[in-house]
Amino acid sequence: MELTYIVIIGIGIILCIIRMVKGPTAADRAIAMDTATTVTVALLVLLGFVFDRYIYLDVALVYSIISFVGLIAIARFLEKGI
Amino acid sequence: MELFGMIVTGAGVLFLLLGSLGVFRMPDVYNRVQAGTKCTTLGSFLTIIGVGILQPDWFWKTLIIALFILISNPISSHNLGRASRKKGIKLCDKSVLDKTNEFKGYKE
Repeated sequence: MELTYIVIIGIGIILCIIRMVKGPTAADRAIAMDTATTVTVALLVLLGFVFDRYIYLDVALVYSIISFVGLIAIARFLEKGI
Repeated sequence: MELFGMIVTGAGVLFLLLGSLGVFRMPDVYNRVQAGTKCTTLGSFLTIIGVGILQPDWFWKTLIIALFILISNPISSHNLGRASRKKGIKLCDKSVLDKTNEFKGYKE
């Protein structure tokens, strides 16, 4: 059952990566990356449950914090430039 | 308890797939922001809380991660949408109304 969940999440990440390659503007790519990171945090927690490793929760928390700060920086750059 | 946790996690995974499908198929930047934010926020919340229900020792840490995602995901998506509107990216052809032309600082 967990394997089914992981495969479904993998299909979602592949769809986001296709949009990130195709997207017409830079904002499309940033949005696709935002969605892919949020999906990846859920995938990390689920992998931690499957492999029974407690440390994966720390990895997921740090990953979500870094993706939040990175998305804010990308949005500032798109709006005003450097 | 295990069945309940599996059902909650499965609902979250379904919402994550729907959000990614919305990002793939929607015609416009703003529609993609909407689809990619709402669905993935609810999906991540349900998936992480479901893992916390399945493994009761980890519940408080999964609650912290889920609350952080619940706060931070709408903020970053709102920033991206506002930045792309201020930069002047056009709406798609089917959209009928855009009130933001009247505000200061927004281009045509």
